[in-house]
Amino acid sequence: MIDATSAFLEGVVRTATPLAFAALGETVTERSGIINIGLEGSIIAGALGAVVGAGYGGVWAGFAFGAVCGCAVAAIFALFAVTLRADQIISGTAVTLLALGGTGTLYRILYGSAGAALNTPTLDPASIPLLSRIPVVGRALFVQPSITYVLYVLVPVVMWWTYRTHAGLGLRAIGENPAAAIAAGIRAKKVQFLAVLFGGLLGGISGGTLVLAQAGTFVEGMSAGRGFIAIAIVVLGRWNPLGAALAALVFGAASALQFFFQATGSNLPYQLFLAFPYVLTLVALAATHGRTNSPAALGRQDFEQS
Amino acid sequence: MTETMAFVVDMLLHATPLVITGLAVALAFRAGVWNIGADGQFIAGATAAAWVGVSVPAGIGWLALIIALIAGVIAGAIWAAIAAWLRSRFGVLEVISTIMLNFIATYGASFLVRGPLQEPTHVYPQTSGIVSGAHIPILLGGTRLHWGFVIAVALAVAAWWVMKYSATGFRVRASGVNPFAARSAGLIDVSRVTAFAFVTSGAIAGMAGAIEVSGVTFALYENISPGYGYTAIAVALLAGLNPLGVIGTGILFGALETAAGAMQRNIGIPSTTASVIEAIVILAVIAIAQLRTNRVTTSA
Repeated sequence: MIDATSAFLEGVVRTATPLAFAALGETVTERSGIINIGLEGSIIAGALGAVVGAGYGGVWAGFAFGAVCGCAVAAIFALFAVTLRADQIISGTAVTLLALGGTGTLYRILYGSAGAALNTPTLDPASIPLLSRIPVVGRALFVQPSITYVLYVLVPVVMWWTYRTHAGLGLRAIGENPAAAIAAGIRAKKVQFLAVLFGGLLGGISGGTLVLAQAGTFVEGMSAGRGFIAIAIVVLGRWNPLGAALAALVFGAASALQFFFQATGSNLPYQLFLAFPYVLTLVALAATHGRTNSPAALGRQDFEQS
Repeated sequence: MTETMAFVVDMLLHATPLVITGLAVALAFRAGVWNIGADGQFIAGATAAAWVGVSVPAGIGWLALIIALIAGVIAGAIWAAIAAWLRSRFGVLEVISTIMLNFIATYGASFLVRGPLQEPTHVYPQTSGIVSGAHIPILLGGTRLHWGFVIAVALAVAAWWVMKYSATGFRVRASGVNPFAARSAGLIDVSRVTAFAFVTSGAIAGMAGAIEVSGVTFALYENISPGYGYTAIAVALLAGLNPLGVIGTGILFGALETAAGAMQRNIGIPSTTASVIEAIVILAVIAIAQLRTNRVTTSA
């Protein structure tokens, strides 16, 4: 039972990592007042980019190219939602559709429709001395693929940037009161564009994590709604970088449940566990009702004073 | 049958679910409801229709079809009602909730066709065939084209009339265009109207699922929808959310999907290219609309 619990906790952190990357990026994007529903597209593009990159230069080239691809997809979204001020929901939906179809097409062109034999190098778990020997949570937190440790560094950095720097203040100002921010001399469109690109970059890394730290291969549609779950995680984390990372753990636990129950030999239908994270998303969004502090101008198309 | 004829039949068969789900999306979007969940509502409708189709006694004849279609409509409405309730009661963004419900519907259908509703030999992940009374009659003898296409067109005309000439249609449009103005005008209960439009949208998408089962597949499979609910967004937007326009754009995308399937078989162009084209259509439509509004705003 100790083994099962320990394996479960490791699974929680492992499955939470890609969600946390995506949610962290989306937190920054949404703080600027833009809700990027196209995040799912950045994740799937990042996954395919990771396969391509890893094929040329190994795991870290995979992450780098995945991040670039995620960023590129986000740039398309930003072009419509930020530059043209088109509706964010429709732009994001279209970009997701574009990336899901586009990656499917490119994958079949690059690797043939069979493609199943494709195997990319993956990250092995790296054990951190001393810390990994902490009872119960040590192995779960500190015997992980090294991309997880990148996340441990990134969360406090983004936290500090958002709340303690001038640029972070500007970002939050645009999300709360764009008219006032513009009056104060902040170039709102430029900041929003960059915030979307940052979200896409982390979305790409999220997709890269799915491939390079988990599956070891690309599967069409393997993002499986994680972009949308990440948006729910942002709400649950109350638009706070650390909150997003912690909320991602809750969803990691929901996904890891299936491994836990498989290990303990349960007879419950597996679809129940597959559907659980999506049900949890609905419950979590309903439960946070009225206790959220979303950026006041989130999703608004115009910059005028309300 | 000539090759052209075969293509036209296939095109109209593909267009049928697209026209109906396109109507569902157009209605919701008109009311200001971002229903991205037509896919889940379609699956709910297909599941309910198949359930009825395999459960009713064969002796009741065509009554089976009526019950199956009604069941599909109700199931789609219920599936949308969950998201509508989450929106009105808890303020949950319907974009997220409807997408989550799409995944839940997919896994739910997967569970049913591998569990309680699986065909008796327990080999294939599908239900047994529905009773023949639940089949939609064939429209064109010698082909698979069924009356579902006519239902789709009739539904579009009805939706157009309701939206344009009825008081309900006016309330829906007013709530979508400017909810604040509609509310302060005092005569429109905006949250009731949007909830109504949301549930009706789900009912229509559910009907599309029921028609697919009763007219084409005659059983419930895993992945019964190849993403009709998402294509429906392109169908609705390209039509400018006009129900009559949806007939045309639905047929256009039906042709696109048929051609994509043929191209994959014949020259190896991946069928996923169709969703790339759909996405480009959506982006082109909003870009043109946006450039036009931006120009009006600047010149005004």
